[in-house]
Amino acid sequence: MKKLTKFCGIIGVLFFIIVLFGCATTARKAFQTTESQVKLRSMQTRAFDTTDKHKMMQTVISTMQDLEFVIDKADLMLGSISGTKFLGYAVVTMTVTVRPRGKKQLLVRANAQHGVKSVEDAETYQDFFTALEKSLFLTAQQVD
Amino acid sequence: MKNSIFKTARFSFVFLICLGMVGCASIPKGFLKLSDASLEKRQLQIRQYETTNKEQILTAVAGVLQDLGFTLDSSETKLGFVAASKKADAKSGGQIAGAFILDVLFGTNNSALCDKSQVVKASIITKLSLDNKKTVVRVTFQRIVWNMNGQISKVESINDLEIYQKFFDGLSKAIFLEAQQI
Repeated sequence: MKKLTKFCGIIGVLFFIIVLFGCATTARKAFQTTESQVKLRSMQTRAFDTTDKHKMMQTVISTMQDLEFVIDKADLMLGSISGTKFLGYAVVTMTVTVRPRGKKQLLVRANAQHGVKSVEDAETYQDFFTALEKSLFLTAQQVD
Repeated sequence: MKNSIFKTARFSFVFLICLGMVGCASIPKGFLKLSDASLEKRQLQIRQYETTNKEQILTAVAGVLQDLGFTLDSSETKLGFVAASKKADAKSGGQIAGAFILDVLFGTNNSALCDKSQVVKASIITKLSLDNKKTVVRVTFQRIVWNMNGQISKVESINDLEIYQKFFDGLSKAIFLEAQQI
């Protein structure tokens, strides 16, 4: 009988914790990431040996179009491009930014969202940079 | 008595674990990989024009979008980019008739699931060709369809040759008209 009371007690506490978590985190959930900031940056960013921002942005746009994204917004000064892709019933949105790194390189960073979730998978971003490399004829370099 | 409490406790425990697991549906992999069909689609979406006047082409693009009833949402002329959208009717006689027959025969409510309206998004990029002698225009279309209940029933890229053909025919005409100052 003692055992039973203990078991029920644990269940009760567990349930209480879950309920409490549910209340506190709905707004905070939007700011949650499973990977560390450094790791995220490293999987989402590559450096390229070129300084032609204009051409880089146009290549990013055509790569995104090859991947069936429809471009929603682009800004040359900010170096940002945003697009949407439909994947069955899921909506994938992606923003790519291009900015200078030193005097000889450009940094390209992509971050994608699948439905209500941020994509935090290195392989998926690698696929994007592989496609971008193909249209650029340049090699993407991992950034530390 | 003891047994049934244990049973309930065990059941609620399994239920809680299930709840936790449902939240963990994963994101599919490989959706940013180039597909084999991408070259084919590229050909559908691209046309080249014998001019290097990007401004003229971009004005013609905006003009033809207006001809087709689109409203411009966003643009960055330095990148040769224009985005536009249009709301349209998505009712199909065949679909509605089919749903009506099913409803009458089986007492279902399929009519509410028929397509009602749609928003078509267009995104256009113009840039100089590799040899700097021509202007390349690439257009992509997407659409979102809502049913009679106001729920989204379909989201898709548009790959219909006829639609792209119509857009580029209009663009050729617009370039000609604008060159003639009409």
